[in-house]
Amino acid sequence: MSQELLINLSIVILLLPLFGFALLIFFGKKLPRQGDWLETMMISSALVLALIVLFQKLTLYHDATLMLNFTWVDFHNVPGIGPLKIVLGISVDNLAAIMMVVVTLISAIVHWFSIGYMHGDVRYSRYFAFLGFFSFSMLLIVLANNLLLLYVGWELVGISSYLLIGHWYEKKSASDAAIKAFIVNRIGDIGFFIGIMILFATFHTFGLEEIFDGIQGGRLPFGSEAWLTAAGVLIFCGAVGKSAQFPLHVWLPDAMEGPTPVSALIHAATMVAAGIYLVARTFPIMTADALTIIAYIGAITAFIAATIAIAQNDIKRVLAYSTVSQLGYMIMAFGVGAYTAGFFHLVTHAMFKAGLFLGSGSVIYAMHNALHHQQDHHTDAQDIRNMGGLRTKMPVTFWTFTIYALAISGVPLTSGFLSKDEILAGTLAFGGLTGHTVIPIIGFLVAGLTAFYMFRLVILTFMGDHKDAQRLEHIHESPKIMTVPLIVLAVLCFFIFYSFNPFGATSGWIARAVERPDSVVPASVAAAPTETFEEVLHDSHGTAMVLSLLLAGVGIFIAFATYYWKRINADRIAGSLSPIHNFLINKWYFDDVYNGIVVGGTLAWTRLMRWFDDTIIDGIVNGSGSITKVTSSVSGKFDSIVIDGLVNLTAYLSGFGGLILRKSQTGKVQTYIVFVVMSVMVFYFVFRLV
Amino acid sequence: MSIPLHYYLGLSAVLFAIGVAGVLTRRNAIVVFMCIELMLNSVNLTLIAFASFMGDISGHVLVFFVMAVAAAEATVGLAIVIALFRNRQTVNIDEINILKW
Amino acid sequence: MSISFQDVIATGPITVVSIVALVVLIVETIRDKTELLTCWISITGLVLAMIVAFTSIENTGTAYSGMVNTGGYANFFAVVFCIAGLLSTMLSKSYIQKENIEHGEYYFLLLLAVVGMMLMAAAADLIIFFLGLELMSVTFYVMAGFVRKRQASNEAALKYFLLGAFATGFLLYGIALLYGSTGTTNIESIISRADILPPNTTFLIGLGLLLIGLAFKVAAVPFHMWVPDVYEGSPTTVSGFMSTGGKAAAFSALLLIFAPKLVNLVGPIQEVLAVLSALSMIVGNVIAISQTSIKRMLAYSSIAHAGYLLTGVVAANASGTKGILFYLIAYTVMNIGAFGVLSTFESKDRQNLTFDDYAGLSSKKPVLAGLMALFMFSLSGIPPFAGFFGKYYVFVGAVEAGYTWLAIVGVLMSVVSVYYYLRLVVLMYFKEQAVISEPTVSSLGLTALVISGVAVVELGIFPSTVLNIIANFF
Repeated sequence: MSQELLINLSIVILLLPLFGFALLIFFGKKLPRQGDWLETMMISSALVLALIVLFQKLTLYHDATLMLNFTWVDFHNVPGIGPLKIVLGISVDNLAAIMMVVVTLISAIVHWFSIGYMHGDVRYSRYFAFLGFFSFSMLLIVLANNLLLLYVGWELVGISSYLLIGHWYEKKSASDAAIKAFIVNRIGDIGFFIGIMILFATFHTFGLEEIFDGIQGGRLPFGSEAWLTAAGVLIFCGAVGKSAQFPLHVWLPDAMEGPTPVSALIHAATMVAAGIYLVARTFPIMTADALTIIAYIGAITAFIAATIAIAQNDIKRVLAYSTVSQLGYMIMAFGVGAYTAGFFHLVTHAMFKAGLFLGSGSVIYAMHNALHHQQDHHTDAQDIRNMGGLRTKMPVTFWTFTIYALAISGVPLTSGFLSKDEILAGTLAFGGLTGHTVIPIIGFLVAGLTAFYMFRLVILTFMGDHKDAQRLEHIHESPKIMTVPLIVLAVLCFFIFYSFNPFGATSGWIARAVERPDSVVPASVAAAPTETFEEVLHDSHGTAMVLSLLLAGVGIFIAFATYYWKRINADRIAGSLSPIHNFLINKWYFDDVYNGIVVGGTLAWTRLMRWFDDTIIDGIVNGSGSITKVTSSVSGKFDSIVIDGLVNLTAYLSGFGGLILRKSQTGKVQTYIVFVVMSVMVFYFVFRLV
Repeated sequence: MSIPLHYYLGLSAVLFAIGVAGVLTRRNAIVVFMCIELMLNSVNLTLIAFASFMGDISGHVLVFFVMAVAAAEATVGLAIVIALFRNRQTVNIDEINILKW
Repeated sequence: MSISFQDVIATGPITVVSIVALVVLIVETIRDKTELLTCWISITGLVLAMIVAFTSIENTGTAYSGMVNTGGYANFFAVVFCIAGLLSTMLSKSYIQKENIEHGEYYFLLLLAVVGMMLMAAAADLIIFFLGLELMSVTFYVMAGFVRKRQASNEAALKYFLLGAFATGFLLYGIALLYGSTGTTNIESIISRADILPPNTTFLIGLGLLLIGLAFKVAAVPFHMWVPDVYEGSPTTVSGFMSTGGKAAAFSALLLIFAPKLVNLVGPIQEVLAVLSALSMIVGNVIAISQTSIKRMLAYSSIAHAGYLLTGVVAANASGTKGILFYLIAYTVMNIGAFGVLSTFESKDRQNLTFDDYAGLSSKKPVLAGLMALFMFSLSGIPPFAGFFGKYYVFVGAVEAGYTWLAIVGVLMSVVSVYYYLRLVVLMYFKEQAVISEPTVSSLGLTALVISGVAVVELGIFPSTVLNIIANFF
């Protein structure tokens, strides 16, 4: 296939879901089955095409970047800037090609799963329409080769996530969560936007390649390296919002108020992946300082979220925090310079996290039906304390869920082991190179915590005894339309799809396809170059593997010891450590602090203003009152005569200008002709044409 | 002895001016229209004069087109005047002013 | 000198529309009750002509012994006129039914006007230009008076006719003097002659008179006074067609004759054009503020738009000309759309045309109100709608040409125009009204409105789709 054909195919992939969206939003209700098949077919064919593009790209044009640009607007000479042309376009490099497959794959699986899960929903066709729109927005981000188009996709993702999280908007918590997600994201977007503007002001282009070339050519924003760092960090702010990094991570756990398949989509392939992808795209402009900040943000996020996940009892909430934690991992990977590892983890994580969410969806679906059968409307269908023993009743869900849990914990033979090991090796190398040893320590700690809370979840949900034996009778495995996607995702969690060597991904196709791009920033502020990094990295692989295996084993062991064999009494530990436990249950009090600062701050500010009004302003007013009385009689006259007169005159003139001119239109033909002849004479004498 | 070009041009300029003056002063729509025809014909005179002095054919051609167009305009114009007269019983253009401001 | 079959093919769009016009006329005379049929024949013909024009846009050249230009510029305008004709036809169907003037000639006249416009834009010779102009004007006189029983329509037709014919006199005198001073009627030669002979009196007076004639047709102040009366009195869909197709045709000819080269060579012409432009912008916008009838407001706004467009002619550079072409296509879709919405609400005897009649429309008729708001935003030049980029380019052109003051006047007057355009939007969305008239809108008309709306947004977001085509002409 020629390059043109591939790039055109990519456009088709981009537009297919949008097309489905347009059809469904207008005609969805009239179509048979409310059109779910239509949108599902669209995204499934997009997946097939994306696989073709990826395969062709990797075999035929492995190192090429396919581009398609068009001039969006030509502003000619803009006063003060000079010639300005805005060129937009899409490009398909290996990164984009892989990402395209990931997005369409997860999205297609979510579509199929939703056919079962959302069956009979009030806004069934709208739901599918928005899923399509969500996929389109994400694909736009993936394909964009310039910041403007990327930003458009970015905002569209924000809007569609808002619509989907608030799908059940009758529920207050859902609509609140949608608003929260939107607003928190806006905060990050402001930073992103300012970052784009800084770059645009310097380079007069949105094109990423042109900006890279400009920086490499020695042009810096406002001529300073500090501004370059600032631009990088500001763009990263966008990722902080979208990828739910500390301190803007608070929206993601609430976002699970949306339908569970949507959570799978958001957490795995679309929304949160956008932030990671942005960092990957803009990686070359990040200075060493910016990267260090990124690494720390990622590490802090990973740690905070992992600790919170331990103490949560809602099945989706645990998964949500685990997503935040894993995203922190990826961000940290980019920060330390393990570019390939970060992206690799994004891909593997997409598979098992989508699986985990869909699996939890399957569990919730079963619980819900059972509770419904019992006429029980009080028990929370999502609380793991109400579950247990589902293993026998839902074998497919259980086994696939366990595979996902093994993958996310980084157990050998799974994909998660490969990518996580790479990241940990990267942090070790970074720690060795720069002396920031906190980063690898957190990295390993989080690896252990992850294994622990994931197996706590598996054990409490599927093993042991069910809390209510009668209820267990009514629990059934989910329909095929839901279990088949689970199996597909579980299969994709094995190492074989990513690398033939189960203990190292460096020889795998992803590692070969996605190489760390060279930094374009001046050498004085650049991070350690790729060669140096690789050298150190090579030595840390062994250590990282052994340590991560050990920690994952310990985590899983403690989980079994606590929740399965009951050798350790979790409640007693929680009781003795109640301050910490409360701290974790309350999610480090982030929401409360934000509420306090934002809401309380606003209130305090209004009170201050009120006080200012009451005392100072009124005082001045009262004090000056007596003086005013004296002058008022004088100025009153002045006012009413001169000022009012002037104001009225202006209003009169402008208002009646039209009315007067209007009267020239008398309606008589000859007046018009006289007017014309006179004007011609005036023109003749004024311009002296002769 | 041939008549010089500027005689023709002068005559047609005067005719044109008379036409314009007529358009400005007459009140009857049909007379106004006839004055416009006078303007067109004065232009025809100019064209013929130029064409014959330069020995060029396109001036003559244009005159034929102008005559045809003027005939078409006359048809349409008179039809409009008739339609108006049926509704208003007047062709005085000073009274035709319901559309204004 | 002979007419070959190749000429007929080369001027494809003109041929197609002419033939279709004749077919419509014949069908109309030989059978009764053929209105629906003729309507669809016209639509098919215009679509066909548009396709022909679009596909042969690359084949630039001349036909009929160098009298008519083909391809490129001519075909671009052919597409614009076909769009104007097509949208007007689609909108007219239900309107002329409502006004009880549903006769097949309506479509015939409309098609004939399109042929006239195409000839104007394709003219390589002043004779063809004159013929095209007259063909268009004469059909417009008839269409303006198409509602024979209505006094306003009669009056509009008469005023249009008298003033139009009067302007024709000036225009023709200008042509005669240009012919006399250069010895040719070929536009190209006349422009190139301006460079060789030191501009003598006859040449300059001829140019001036021609400019007066064209200024009449584009409705530039002080030659604008027919516009409000004629647009108000004519059937609404006809007003929409005249204000867009007619204006585009007049500008296409203005750009052909007063080409950048000529304007730059003959200094005073540029200054005269600048004054015309400024006056049009000021007078058009200021009077538009004080109007109560939306139809009349749109008429004054069309004068103001002529002013903006003239700014591009004054600029006489690439940005200016590009801007004019883009502006014309944008103006065509948005203004026909606005007149189209008006035509759906207008009830017998010119009722429901004032601003107050539109209060609270959004709650009852959200689609129509939304489209109207869209057209108003676009007309006022607010990004990201089509109107913005047209204005942007002509003003940038003016700045590049050293006419910064003109661009400033233009921007200020655009701000003034926001007042009256958005007044309608505010009324529709933020005022309440108990009784709202029922619109009569056929599915055909609604389709036309939606197409216009989509085009307004599309041109605003992706202006380069059109700009890339335009860029090859100059």
